[in-house]
Amino acid sequence: MSDRRVRFLTPVVTVVLAFVVGGLVVLASSANPLVVYRSMFVGAGFDWPFHLLPGNPFGVNEMIAASNLQSTLVEATPLVLTGLAVAFAFRCGMFNIGGQGQFWIGSTAAFLCAEHVAQNQLGTWLGVLAGMIAGMVWGAIPGFLKAFRGAHEVITTIMLNWIAIFMVSWLFGLNGPFVGEGNTQPISDTLPDTAWLPTIWGVLQPVTAGLFVALAAAFVYGVILRRTTLGFAVRAVGFNADAARYAGISVRRSMVLAMALSGGFAGLAGSVSVLGTDHRITSLDVFASQLGFTGIAVALLGRNTPLGVVLGALLFAALDAGARNLGGDFSPELARSLATVIQGTIILIVGGEQVVRWAFVRRRRALANEAAG
Amino acid sequence: MTLRRVGQSGVVLGFLALLVTIPPVNARSLAVPLVLAALAAVAGGAALVHGERALGGYAVAAGAVGGLLGWAATSADRSTVTAIVTAGLFASMLRYATPLLFAGLGGLFAERSGVTNIGLEGMMLTGAFFGVLCGEKSGSWVVGLVGAAIAGGLLALVHAFFSIHLQADQIISGTAINILATGGTAYLFRAIYGTGGYPEAPRIPEITIPGLAHVPLVGGVFGTLNLMIWVVFALLVAAWFFVFRTPWGLRLRAVGEHPRAADTVGINVYRVRYVAVVSSGVLAALGGAYLSFGLLSSFSEGMTAGTGFIALAALIFGKWRPLGLFGAALLFGLASALGNSLQSIGTLSVFWLFVVQVLPYALTLIAVVGLVGRSIPPAAVGRPYAKR
Repeated sequence: MSDRRVRFLTPVVTVVLAFVVGGLVVLASSANPLVVYRSMFVGAGFDWPFHLLPGNPFGVNEMIAASNLQSTLVEATPLVLTGLAVAFAFRCGMFNIGGQGQFWIGSTAAFLCAEHVAQNQLGTWLGVLAGMIAGMVWGAIPGFLKAFRGAHEVITTIMLNWIAIFMVSWLFGLNGPFVGEGNTQPISDTLPDTAWLPTIWGVLQPVTAGLFVALAAAFVYGVILRRTTLGFAVRAVGFNADAARYAGISVRRSMVLAMALSGGFAGLAGSVSVLGTDHRITSLDVFASQLGFTGIAVALLGRNTPLGVVLGALLFAALDAGARNLGGDFSPELARSLATVIQGTIILIVGGEQVVRWAFVRRRRALANEAAG
Repeated sequence: MTLRRVGQSGVVLGFLALLVTIPPVNARSLAVPLVLAALAAVAGGAALVHGERALGGYAVAAGAVGGLLGWAATSADRSTVTAIVTAGLFASMLRYATPLLFAGLGGLFAERSGVTNIGLEGMMLTGAFFGVLCGEKSGSWVVGLVGAAIAGGLLALVHAFFSIHLQADQIISGTAINILATGGTAYLFRAIYGTGGYPEAPRIPEITIPGLAHVPLVGGVFGTLNLMIWVVFALLVAAWFFVFRTPWGLRLRAVGEHPRAADTVGINVYRVRYVAVVSSGVLAALGGAYLSFGLLSSFSEGMTAGTGFIALAALIFGKWRPLGLFGAALLFGLASALGNSLQSIGTLSVFWLFVVQVLPYALTLIAVVGLVGRSIPPAAVGRPYAKR
């Protein structure tokens, strides 16, 4: 098989394997995995295109399917961005586990900016920008600490995650400085709808301009990596830091910038979530959210390529949105945990997959040696 | 006075900055803790500049923390302070420190052998769930503990296989372990007990020491404690002895610092790492079990809520040493206990709650960066070893 085909096929095989593992889990709790997966597929709204077929042969309810698909796209939007965040750092040979913290710092900055600067579309887009910049700053910290103090970014980002989480939950918590006026719940004010991102499709949970922000970010990601000096430096450092240094690339500068941009993507995810979908920040969400961690799965599955990340985000969003569609014996909560299991399995397989490929190559070489000898 | 003494007195002064503001001394003026903290910082700074780097760093840190908390204590009114600082607070500190110690010891073995284990959180959660499951089904907490240990060990075996044999990225594998455990335990919990189920497992017993319970102050802290707290104290001592005073401990450290050299002298690197990682899972799971049916009496989804990560922080802050881990876990446990009583009293500003909650992570961050007594991990940690 050509290298290109292997590169395309491995994620597909990974996903299939993970679904098989998930299916076994479903079987173990005496439900039919095919039925569960089918209703997740429908719940994600992936049956929507079928209504376009002449005569609607599958009898798809266009309204329901559209609304399901909208939820999937809404959930995919921040995932594309947190996925890009993890992917960009990976390209520089670093592991950004800090997406969670950068996301919430971004959310907070975006929310405060949109609430205070101007409650109109200008404020909204300033808010989007503020979220990105705040994420960049928060992300640059571990990059800086790694470049100049040699502190491992995994440890520093884990610590910074919790610092951010507690900080945001304090800011918007009970008696906190930004809790909504008169709120007895730890929730901020709701942004006036003039400050929301414009909607594009749907009513109930509409797809917003945030989706375009995410797709544009994926495009920019590709351009930075492929077409700029910075991207070249980042990739060079990721391949081999010593060689890059020898070639005159500033490894430290690349690390700080890569982590800053990585944090910027995660911060942007926070911006589009709070300005597009949630319109407010609640302390409980801050602790419950897993978007930063799901971003790791998205990036690993998408092999750090922009298209891969978009597709990976779509898959995980569909798993989550589709879980809501289940009922009866198989509760939505159960389905959501199942989605988490599948996600974990994917990460595990991707982690071990390099090795599988390496084993293949070695066997092929051994065979070749035998044939030659 | 020697330099060492200066540093040591700096540490003591830092602690004093806090101690004078709480019962029984109860200094009410902000100046008192601040002056003491400043003295601690000066002493620490002097020691730092003149070569006692680690000790000086500790003194500066003690001064900063003591001053900050002393400031918090003087800014609250007297009754609040008396309500917070009780023997109960320190007993509660021990309770919060215990899961950190179990998981931290687990992390210590894995990382000393050269395998990063950020899957501690997931292994704790797994122990918490399977402990309750086995305990509830059998009606015995002993079976619960055994079940937790086996489940944690098996999950750690997955991590070991991927990071040792398959030489996968250990961070990726650990992340997968965490996510798998989150999803897996939540799934099984719902599948077995349904929505809103509340399985009650028999709890790990509390041990009351008859003579001690009536001694003032000490009795309030050590009089009645959970069995697992005493167990983890014993484990700490045993771990210290094992790692630093036995040939097996030396092998463990050799594998974590320089696996190639260890291999050359005939140590089986893979075997040492497997044993270390699996025991790390067992220990973390016991910590989780303590959470679910020692401290509490049942399981809830995602109940570890980052405890595994604080344990990791405590391990790093304690510089991968049992004694250091103990100190860090006590400090972080105190932070949790303080946070808890601040929340229940609710008269102190939420800002101080935030400061207390964030303290473990901020301190660890500072330690890793090396501003204060730098934490340096085992040399080969996180790097897969390829046999030749």
